[in-house]
Amino acid sequence: MIRAWLMQHGFVFFLTLKRLIATPVTSLLSVIVMGITLSLPTGVYVLMENLSAISGQTMSSPQMSLFLKLDIEKEDIESVKQRMEEDSQILSFQFISKDAALHQLQQSNGLADISANLVRNPLPDAFIVNALENTPGNLEKLRATMQSWPEIEHVQFDSAWAERLNALLKLGRFIVLMLTTLLSVAIIAIMFNTIRLQILTKRDEIEISKLIGATDSFIRRPFLYFGTIQGLAGGATAWLIMTLAIRAMNEELGTLALLYDFDLQLQQLSPSDSISLLLFSAWLGWLGARISVASHLWQIEPR
Amino acid sequence: MINFKNVSKRYPDGYVALNNIDFTVESGEMVFLTGHSGAGKSTLLKLIAAIERPTSGTITLSGQNIAQLKLGAIPYLRRKIGFIFQDHNLLFDRSVFDNVLLPLQISNFDSKTVTGRVRAALDKVGLLKKEKAMPIALSGGERQRLCIARAVVHRPSILIADEPTGNLDIEYAQDIMSMFTSFNQVGVTVLIATHDASLLKDAEHRILSLNQGKLAV
Ligand SMILES: Nc1ncnc2c1ncn2[C@@H]1O[C@H](COP(=O)(O)OP(=O)(O)OP(=O)(O)O)[C@@H](O)[C@H]1O
Ligand SMILES: [Mg+2]
Repeated sequence: MIRAWLMQHGFVFFLTLKRLIATPVTSLLSVIVMGITLSLPTGVYVLMENLSAISGQTMSSPQMSLFLKLDIEKEDIESVKQRMEEDSQILSFQFISKDAALHQLQQSNGLADISANLVRNPLPDAFIVNALENTPGNLEKLRATMQSWPEIEHVQFDSAWAERLNALLKLGRFIVLMLTTLLSVAIIAIMFNTIRLQILTKRDEIEISKLIGATDSFIRRPFLYFGTIQGLAGGATAWLIMTLAIRAMNEELGTLALLYDFDLQLQQLSPSDSISLLLFSAWLGWLGARISVASHLWQIEPR
Repeated sequence: MINFKNVSKRYPDGYVALNNIDFTVESGEMVFLTGHSGAGKSTLLKLIAAIERPTSGTITLSGQNIAQLKLGAIPYLRRKIGFIFQDHNLLFDRSVFDNVLLPLQISNFDSKTVTGRVRAALDKVGLLKKEKAMPIALSGGERQRLCIARAVVHRPSILIADEPTGNLDIEYAQDIMSMFTSFNQVGVTVLIATHDASLLKDAEHRILSLNQGKLAV
């Protein structure tokens, strides 16, 4: 029984391949259209993934500068150090005394004259703090905590760029989602129409099969296979387009890297993302075929 | 085996094709259905295979009420029947062999035995040599025999034929009739609709006669 069932499905599978090959140009064209359509959201997704990977690297050691009040005593500095050592959110910190800061200032070109004329050191004592976790939320919490300490004049943390990047990534993901939704609907519509035409040309076969006892699932099967296989082929095409495009871009980036001395290479789609792409496109093809079959087959009733 | 009780069929346009039909065909019987053109012969046969549904009355086939049959059960009912259609209904995009193969594919037969079964059916109707031909290349009589092969390949217990000898010369027609007789001899219940009086003359089988949708007694 199971053997017969497998035979049946194997038979339909090869029948579908035969049908696809029987109209090579049409099949190829619709596979290419699906591939290009799918490669659009996939491309944006790949760029987003790369961007967030790069931003993760640069954000791995975010620093904050703590400026102490000008009029504090030595003990206050010690107690701030104490508190920082106890805070589990702080990975490491470094104390920069106002003298050291002034010295550094005097070293820098152009500023030496100005600083030489200073009567009194105007600079505050400061700490440079490395946070343990680099997510914007955690950084903001840490900043607020330290700001509330009485010895602290000001915590400076340029979280704005991280937030901007984060917002950009969020926007990017939204664009991916929107493109995916819209283009999925487009693919389903393409498949719907392809299957509708097929059903029309196979009208006789469907009618006669029904007359001699074919179940609905038997009649649906070749169309669903057709949709699934074509969807899968469309996904594979999108994958191929993406892979080749990233390879080409990396070659260009390589030339730039030589000229400007930096190292930036785009990552290819991960294996799990590739499989998701294939499964999703196969599912889209199946769904388009399923909807088409559901809305057209019932019209063909033998009389 | 087949039982009609107070069966009427009114088409959607209001035409009453069958009016209060009552009859029984016993298992293993061979029965002719006759009547003028438009008498309702095809309609009656279609009711048995649930191709048309009755407006009222009950139709039972091996104890199963067809009038009440759910849509999902209809395919399985049709697989019990070998139906030879008045308008042939062959598929012209595939060979003689593949036309006969279709009913076996539909009912999930094991592909090891199907080739043998298809050849056996083609052999019975004398078309074995033409298995690779396309239906378009067959004569009218050969097409008729192809329909018979397709109707019997899955070895149904009931064989229904709608005008199986229409447009055939008398010799050819008798040839085909003897095929039905031989199916009947191995226990198949056979119901044949025809208005070919020459076939009925020397038949020793029961004849049901339809007139304007009514069964004449
Ligand atoms: N789908 C339909 N809709 C409306 N009327 C129909 C339909 N099918 C058949 N009829 C009518 O029902 C009547 C019986 O038709 P049916 O096909 O059963 O006749 P028949 O006895 O098989 O005739 P023939 O010997 O010419 O095949 C005819 O008058 C026909 O016009
Ligand atoms: Mg008729």
